[in-house]
Amino acid sequence: MIGFTEAKLKEVEQLIARYPDGKQKSALLPVLHLAQQEFGGWLDVPVMDYVAQLLKIEPIEVYEVASFYSMYNLKPVGKYLFEVCQTGPCMLNGSDNIIDYIKEKLNIGVGETTADGLFTLKTAECLGACGYAPMMQMGKHYREHLTREKVDAIIEECRAKAN
Amino acid sequence: MSRKLLLEKAHVEGIRHYDVYRREGGYRSVEKAFRMAPADIVEEVKKSGLRGRGGAGFPTGMKWSFLAKPEGVPRYLVCNADESEPGTFKDRYLMEFIPHILIEGMIVSSFALGSNRSYIYIRGEYAWIVDILEQAIEEAKQNGFLGKNILGTGFDCEIYVHRGAGAYICGEETALLESLEGKRGNPRIKPPFPAVKGLYDCPTVVNNVETLAAVVPIINDGGEEYAKIGVGKSTGTKLMSACGNINKPGVYEIDMTISVEEFIFSDEYCGGIPNGKRLKACIPGGSSVPILPANLLLTTAKGEKRLMNYESLSDGGFATGSMMGSGGFIVLDEDQCVVKHTYTLARFYRHESCGQCSPCREGTGWMEKILLNIEKGKGKISDIDLLWDIQRKIEGNTICPLGDAAAWPVAAAIRHFRDEFEWHVKNPEECLRTNYGLAHYADPIHVPVTG
Ligand SMILES: Cc1cc2nc3c(=O)[nH]c(=O)nc-3n(C[C@H](O)[C@H](O)[C@H](O)COP(=O)(O)O)c2cc1C
Ligand code: SF4
Ligand code: FES
Repeated sequence: MIGFTEAKLKEVEQLIARYPDGKQKSALLPVLHLAQQEFGGWLDVPVMDYVAQLLKIEPIEVYEVASFYSMYNLKPVGKYLFEVCQTGPCMLNGSDNIIDYIKEKLNIGVGETTADGLFTLKTAECLGACGYAPMMQMGKHYREHLTREKVDAIIEECRAKAN
Repeated sequence: MSRKLLLEKAHVEGIRHYDVYRREGGYRSVEKAFRMAPADIVEEVKKSGLRGRGGAGFPTGMKWSFLAKPEGVPRYLVCNADESEPGTFKDRYLMEFIPHILIEGMIVSSFALGSNRSYIYIRGEYAWIVDILEQAIEEAKQNGFLGKNILGTGFDCEIYVHRGAGAYICGEETALLESLEGKRGNPRIKPPFPAVKGLYDCPTVVNNVETLAAVVPIINDGGEEYAKIGVGKSTGTKLMSACGNINKPGVYEIDMTISVEEFIFSDEYCGGIPNGKRLKACIPGGSSVPILPANLLLTTAKGEKRLMNYESLSDGGFATGSMMGSGGFIVLDEDQCVVKHTYTLARFYRHESCGQCSPCREGTGWMEKILLNIEKGKGKISDIDLLWDIQRKIEGNTICPLGDAAAWPVAAAIRHFRDEFEWHVKNPEECLRTNYGLAHYADPIHVPVTG
């Protein structure tokens, strides 16, 4: 059975309380973030159904939202998700080379996950860090001014943490 | 030196915290505003000439005065912190370094507009900034600036942060409101405008982060003082986020009297182009506004020095000018390929189209494909005309301005760099090999100035 812990349920309640009475659907985006974080980094159908039940809305209302926004993963992803920006300003500063280097180093294509389940590579569109390009998002934080050496170090860091 | 109103204290040690912010003069505008009538606050903002900093440049005081005030219906203030326009990262900087100025501006604005529940809609990727803002809100609350009966005035106000989940379109104000209601970010048909029917069908004002922060100096110093800074209809200071091929990318607060040349080449701002290269082109106001070749960027078609303000950047219309937009300043050096850069922008807009209108949904994907073909040396001359045709059919034929935003960059690239597109068609081998475009657009320009 899927279910938030007591503490997380409290958080959900607090999120709902931010919106006027009867407007609990407004909490959908924040609650989906919470669910994705709690249930393995992606939104499986039973997870979305659970969120629908919590917010007293129809499951379809959750599916249509989850499929609209790029930050919700509808498929499993690796433990570490690299989302490398490839839009104009990052491209001017060599994001193509960074993407190629990560592909080569991890031996995966864009959208793929390494066999050990550790890394997923995705491309992203402008993340609001254009002055610190090239960059990527990894979890909650940005990694900026990327170079090959920095990419090496980040991968090492993740491997060390995973062990 | 430009005068700083928003970022002056941004690097004071500990300014993210209430105590330091307060010691440096923070929250004075709230105390002052609470001694004024809400209508007088709106009047000060009108006098200041402040124009919305989210991109459209609409006068803020006027927008506020349109807010409907039916009896017994709540009104909402929503801060637009979705910041997703390529080249733009100024709101992030402000929220990251000096979050209390946004909270302060929002309290004053909420009071002026009669909003007891105000929201900050922030792009989902700025997850760590959510924590910074939540902490600032908590501190403001503990010190009596938020919550019930603020400073004994009887005015109640809460500010909540609402995290988006990755969708540029949610920066468009009606899509933002849909998203805030827990739906897909599909823009609404206007009218009705948010000022009449916004969040939960109630009267709503949506303003950009920088706009709401600017209310603080306006109330502190008075609207007239604020209006003295700058020139013409470009009053006050503007945050510019500069990126691309420059020595010092970053966020700069400028008063809008400096020249574009000074902004790019002086050490106080961008610090010139790296590796001794020449300036080729620039998109001065975020990815949606027209790209300009170096010569038209630095001087208007009339031969005047172009200045960093609303009027001067748009001088000449789209034929020879551009726009201030959101202040996302993207610089291309002589080695950059305009076709490739335009392709990445077309891909961006295709990715971000919500899909409601066919000209936008189909047109953005079509333009992306053609541009990629040309970039890869597989294009035909007729493709260039086809591109022109597609962008014209998108512009003005969609529910929201994302369609125009997707059309303009393509139009401007063809308008000013058509021979670079043709060069790609005629030299397929070469463009594959070097990946560069033509450098000769940079020719007239070699202007290191001392700032
Ligand atoms: C596609 C699109 C994206 C937008 N993105 C943003 C944004 O990220 N931030 C923002 O403040 N305004 C954005 N805007 C403009 C808003 O719709 C709105 O005009 C603005 O938030 C009003 O605030 P202001 O008057 O303070 O500028 C966008 C508009 C469009 C059409
Ligand atoms: S113009 Fe594009 S983004 Fe805007 S409503 Fe139409 S399809 Fe959606
Ligand atoms: S273009 Fe990469 S962060 Fe903006």
